[in-house]
Amino acid sequence: MSVVFEKPKSLTDAVLHYCPGCTHGIIHRLVAEVIDELGIEGDTIGVAPVGCAVMAYNYFTCDFVQAAHGRAPAVATGVKRSDPSKIVFTYQGDGDLAAIGTAETVHSAARRENITVIFVNNAIYGMTGGQMAPTTLPGQVTQTSPYGRDVNTVGYPVKVCELLSNVDGAAYIERVAVNNVKNIKNAKKAIKKAFQNQMEGKGFSLIEVVSTCPTNWGMTPEKALEWVDEKMIPYYPLGVYKDIYAEEEAK
Amino acid sequence: MSEKVLMKGNEAIAEAAIQAGCHHYFGYPITPQTEVAAYMAKRMPKIGGTFLQAESEVSAINMVIGVASTGKRVMTSSSSPGVSLKAEGISYLAGCDLPAVVVNVQRGGPGLGGIQPSQSDYFQSTKGGGHGDYRNIVLAPASVQEMASLTVKAFDLADKYSMVSMILADGTMGQMMEPVSLDIGEVKTYDKPWALTGTKCEREHNIVNSLYLKPEELEVKNFERYEKYKAIEENEVMYEEYLMDDAEVCVVAFGITSRVAKNAINEARANGVKVGMIRPITLWPFPKKVLADAADKCKAFICVEMNMGQMIEDVELAIRCKKPVYLCNRVGGMIPSPEEVLAKINEVNENGGAF
Repeated sequence: MSVVFEKPKSLTDAVLHYCPGCTHGIIHRLVAEVIDELGIEGDTIGVAPVGCAVMAYNYFTCDFVQAAHGRAPAVATGVKRSDPSKIVFTYQGDGDLAAIGTAETVHSAARRENITVIFVNNAIYGMTGGQMAPTTLPGQVTQTSPYGRDVNTVGYPVKVCELLSNVDGAAYIERVAVNNVKNIKNAKKAIKKAFQNQMEGKGFSLIEVVSTCPTNWGMTPEKALEWVDEKMIPYYPLGVYKDIYAEEEAK
Repeated sequence: MSEKVLMKGNEAIAEAAIQAGCHHYFGYPITPQTEVAAYMAKRMPKIGGTFLQAESEVSAINMVIGVASTGKRVMTSSSSPGVSLKAEGISYLAGCDLPAVVVNVQRGGPGLGGIQPSQSDYFQSTKGGGHGDYRNIVLAPASVQEMASLTVKAFDLADKYSMVSMILADGTMGQMMEPVSLDIGEVKTYDKPWALTGTKCEREHNIVNSLYLKPEELEVKNFERYEKYKAIEENEVMYEEYLMDDAEVCVVAFGITSRVAKNAINEARANGVKVGMIRPITLWPFPKKVLADAADKCKAFICVEMNMGQMIEDVELAIRCKKPVYLCNRVGGMIPSPEEVLAKINEVNENGGAF
């Protein structure tokens, strides 16, 4: 009998701690599948964030370092500079990457640091129980925006891909989603390209994955996936925001 | 005797670090330590190493964490306000049991303070600075030669004990020029089986981490770390004794103030005053025993410090307050003169000894 579906080799047997319906599991799997397909498991070093994915180091079979909140791109810079032959990726949430770690994100991109960043945007701080994130949508209710995000008092969400598309050093910036099969397939393609870019020395690649948080959004998993289509994607349009090599080829 | 070259203290630190096998340096400009970064910027590209000017002190120390997690020697340097920013990363280095060298060329504080020399980060360096229970090894050079030799020592101790070694210098030490020998001898290397080198699919993955959600596990990690610290307190204390054989008054000073104090002691000795000095070279581990022994022989102690009295607390603890301890200090970037120290020695010699 042939095996038609199995757990990627690059994922451990540890049971994920994520809430039911959370899309972190899908994104972990996509990253692991890409690592398997590229045959880089033994040379990959991951950098875990602070937030829901803090224990990513337990789920991937590659070497891992856990970084302080927002500092993953700086830690990854150190790892990569120490041994450029290693494939180094960070896995960060929206609070980590787009609030406390904004400087590290922008400057690692500006340096065209040859790393891969997986940015999981679910518009909320999940681990601490659902507070307003830099990517929380206008009007969205969270624990710290109980009357809905009022842009007049707390300002607007940060659109990371749009921001980084204006950073000269960034090589490849794409926003994807994992709320349906088609989007998941596209997401994997983008993640694979982001790792391949690093293997080819092409520099800073960031894939923003529009994600869900059924628990803190107060929705069923199904409703959360619909909400991505209805609310998240209109505010955070999917697509390639920057690809300097494609731009060069087009010239 | 090896050849000596004339160097600034900051440059001596940088070159000694490279000689000690540090090929990765991350910094951010701040007076009065910028020469370290400038020197590294020139030298690192020539030896295939990394010099990177980070976007902040916070990023610099986290880049240090990245290199340290791969098992290679790495250093960052800054001055007081910048070291405050590094405190988060230093706590993570401690929590991950990672070796690294952090240099603080101190200036006056608090806040933006000034750019003149100070010793007011003694508490921050020796008592923590960041959150949680941890220690740094803290080395206090008193000459440009020691800026070099203690930097080499700092790398060795950091690797030996898998923790942060800090060079606690000051603006004077960083800026002054003296002849220095860079003949550092053999550099010892240490096995780092925990380092992130890629599994090659041949071993279980290594994880560098400071998170322990189970309190019983975190408690054990803390206990283990303090066993290590105990061994350091037993084995790694360094100090210099100066004219202590018959001393009745004991001056305690580190770094630049020990140089000033030596002048004052020589002058006092010429006048027949029996005064000597204990100069801690390791501020942590603190030379408690030699001070406790001195308390049995001396009638009084004088701490000469460029702060409002920080090391004095450790001296009082070390001697269990058996004898009076007086403070002779200047702050804000002011350096005590030999005359000021001499006046204090004479005053304590005449009136001291009584509580």
